[in-house]
Amino acid sequence: MNFDLTDDLKALQETARKFGREVMRPKAAHYDETGHFPKEIIQQAWELGLINMTIPQANGGIELSHLAQAVVAEELAWGCSGMATSMIANDLALLPIVLAGTPEQKEKFLRPFTEKFLLASFGLTEPGAGSDVAGMRCTARREGDHYVLNGQKQWITNGEYADQYSIFCTTDPAKKHKGIMCLVVQGRPKGFTVGKHENKMGQRASNTVTLTFEDVKVPVENRIGQEGEGFLIAMNTLDNSRPLTAMFAVGNARAAMEHAIDYAKQRQQFGKPIADFQGIQFLIADMAAETHAARLLTYQSAWMLDAGQRNTLVSSYAKRFAADMAMKATTDAVQIFGGYGYSKEYPVEKLMRDAKLIQIYEGTSQVQRLVIARELLKGS
Amino acid sequence: MSNVLIVVEAQPDGSLRKATLNALTAGAQIAAKTGGELHAVVLAKDAGPLANVVKEYGVKVVHAGSGAHLAQFTADAVAPAVAELAVAIKASYVGVAATQAGRDVMPRIAARLKAAMASEILSVVGSSAADLQFTRPMWAGAVIATVKLSTPIVCFSARTTEFPQAQKAGSGEVRAFTPAAPAKALQKVVSFKEVKSARPALTEARVVVSGGRGTKGDFKPIEGLADELGAAVGASRAVCDAGWQPNDLQVGQTGKVVAPQLYIAAGISGAIQHIAGMKGSKTIVAINKDGEAPIFQVADYGLVGDLFKALPELQAAVKAAK
Amino acid sequence: MPIKILVTAKRVEDYESKIKVNAQGTGIVQEGLKYKINPFDEIGVEEALRLVAKHGGGEVVVVSIGTKDVHEQLRHALAMGATKAIWVNHTGPLDQMTVAGCLQKLIEKEKPHLAILGKQSIDDDQNQVGQYLAEWLGWSQATFASKEESLESEAEKTKQPALKLAADLSTITVVREVDGGLETVECTMPCVVTTDLRLNQPRYASLPGIMKAKSKPIEEHTPASLGVDGASKIAVTKMELPPARKAGIKVPDVAALVDKLKTEAKAL
Repeated sequence: MNFDLTDDLKALQETARKFGREVMRPKAAHYDETGHFPKEIIQQAWELGLINMTIPQANGGIELSHLAQAVVAEELAWGCSGMATSMIANDLALLPIVLAGTPEQKEKFLRPFTEKFLLASFGLTEPGAGSDVAGMRCTARREGDHYVLNGQKQWITNGEYADQYSIFCTTDPAKKHKGIMCLVVQGRPKGFTVGKHENKMGQRASNTVTLTFEDVKVPVENRIGQEGEGFLIAMNTLDNSRPLTAMFAVGNARAAMEHAIDYAKQRQQFGKPIADFQGIQFLIADMAAETHAARLLTYQSAWMLDAGQRNTLVSSYAKRFAADMAMKATTDAVQIFGGYGYSKEYPVEKLMRDAKLIQIYEGTSQVQRLVIARELLKGS
Repeated sequence: MSNVLIVVEAQPDGSLRKATLNALTAGAQIAAKTGGELHAVVLAKDAGPLANVVKEYGVKVVHAGSGAHLAQFTADAVAPAVAELAVAIKASYVGVAATQAGRDVMPRIAARLKAAMASEILSVVGSSAADLQFTRPMWAGAVIATVKLSTPIVCFSARTTEFPQAQKAGSGEVRAFTPAAPAKALQKVVSFKEVKSARPALTEARVVVSGGRGTKGDFKPIEGLADELGAAVGASRAVCDAGWQPNDLQVGQTGKVVAPQLYIAAGISGAIQHIAGMKGSKTIVAINKDGEAPIFQVADYGLVGDLFKALPELQAAVKAAK
Repeated sequence: MPIKILVTAKRVEDYESKIKVNAQGTGIVQEGLKYKINPFDEIGVEEALRLVAKHGGGEVVVVSIGTKDVHEQLRHALAMGATKAIWVNHTGPLDQMTVAGCLQKLIEKEKPHLAILGKQSIDDDQNQVGQYLAEWLGWSQATFASKEESLESEAEKTKQPALKLAADLSTITVVREVDGGLETVECTMPCVVTTDLRLNQPRYASLPGIMKAKSKPIEEHTPASLGVDGASKIAVTKMELPPARKAGIKVPDVAALVDKLKTEAKAL
């Protein structure tokens, strides 16, 4: 057992931390307010290798360990979890190809991302199929050497700007999860339309849209895995990305805690800094302990992936605990700031709005509990 | 005998830099403690006139080294001349004012003398040559270290804000000498872009008015107040990095270290590195919109408010009081 | 013409760290401190990389002196793009003469065209090594290298070098920060340049750069193996905190401020 980050991990963390501090954070309030897409910042992140971390070395990528990706994710989310969501969206969208693509598909669909700044989107959720993935209604009908895609995908991160999409669809909705497959859609083929950017409560820097497919032709060679393997590919992808989402919560909570500590030391009430009051101290102590607990839980879930172990249970622990923890920590940070905390002039209300999304996306806190219970109660 | 030799920075126009007088005080303190003589050296194309000025300030001997190769005060020209002289007059201490030129040349002189050097000394401690030590800042002034140097000759640069200016005290001797010219010059100054100002020099002003990012680049209120007070204008690093004001005006660890009677910081948040450059000021006034800006922690008087309103008011009040 | 540049990467306390003196007054409290490459050295690495890129390639050799911990700073410079690292293994205090002596021996071995050092390290704040080194090598020196454009200029964004090397590498032109303005000097090559703050904005170590740095070589020496006396000629006999300023007060308005400055501080 060793809890120290290696020198390499520290170096990666250093670059991500500097980027979060110097590039992301100064612009976070601006993009939160406008809801504009921080493409320039994401491009800078691409130049530094802070996105597409998962692409194999064989395809020109850096193939960071899951632990390393988690370390980076915390720092990006500390800078701005909205921007971080848009950055990690590429890795989420490329993971199905990394995990289940053929060598030719990997060359074709991954290498361009290492050579040029490109964006990719992961398309799983539908208007009528959120947590119930197997209830999806987006269909693909095979016609000779291509599929004809029909349906809608909702809450798609970076959908408006993406150059490539990993779309999950079904050959037959009646087959439920056994009918699902994954298709790679490139560019803007005929029949493919992008809806307008959602006006979200938090993580407003990340672009979120609905995608509509009407008789969109997709070549058969763009199918990742076989028909019917899509559900497993999606679940494997989410197992891989869950530690990163959990880490977003950790970065977000750490930012809230740091703001709260600074403020508590400066703000004077009843003739002394409010940091001297036990009521405030307890809030901060809980934030610190729980942020650290969430980080360690998440490190373990990433470490298990690196060790080749199935991490479903621990990564659900991590996502569930971290997301709920961040919600509480950011709410308490607003509390410590009092009236100022509720004002948009101060940074903590944004963190609270951002945290809420982490409890919802990539498996709600309730779904994580279901997964945990299922894992614990299955078998005899 | 522990003679002390102070290097006088020759200005292009031949005038005496005030900073040299601070260094002469440091030299005199060392000479008094060690029982040595205070010497000075002027190096210039024609060093005579400046040497005649320097001799008035309590110096036993001013060595006037003249030569065409000394027309510019460059390290490669100055170092051999000073080193040769230091050995000839048996100097144990060779010092200079910690100006940019002093910081540039003194380590090269020390290298030539195989001497250790203490930079930016703040005081001279001890009572004899045997226990002579210097205090000097480390970690941007977060720590004051007392140091003992163990080479036969010791070099130093003196922080000008920490030693009073030498006063006129009798007339020393001027001794002309001719430093040998090196085979070839390694460097030459090809141009100088002066930051012109009718205001006093930042490091020598009695009052300094500085502006930070809060000015958003508009220095009119800063300059207006500075002119009313006869003050120098300073700036924070953020302002200089943004190109709003020339680098030369930067107050801070990486810019100028100032210690005026009155320092007015407007729209400056008070980063550690800025505070390191001005915390020696006698009275500090901070004006900032953010009542929690760290600058208020070092300010004697803090005013929470908009500098664009407060500075003109202050300017009017100063004018009215005249 | 490809060029070879020697740069340095001293390990220093992060400039954001709060430095405290230990109870005995013999040193600083190490606990909780973070260490970084000296920021002025990092500017030197950046400038060297820009010069190499502009002059059709070459080598950037980075040197650090200290315990094995300095590998972290060497790796940082390698991750930025330096080609080779040299570690001078040394434990204990180190004066500027020893550092300059080690660099002199390494330069005689490596034969670079140019050395770019930070003007000072932000722990000792001595600002000496570059000048000692230039004198002992018989090289020209250009201290406090800066540039006329701001750090937010277009040239800076495209990462152009501020130091101007003649095409035949016979001279280097450097803008220096001097009192009262900026001075441009022309120096014969070889030259020791020391960097000031506004010479450039160092690049980030990219993630691919960090991964690549793992396989770049680090050569090991000691002061003794280089024939340099490692004994420090400068002894720090005491460390203390500077005298604290007394707590100030807030005034409600300009009138109150003027009153205080007149009657209390007698500063007006």
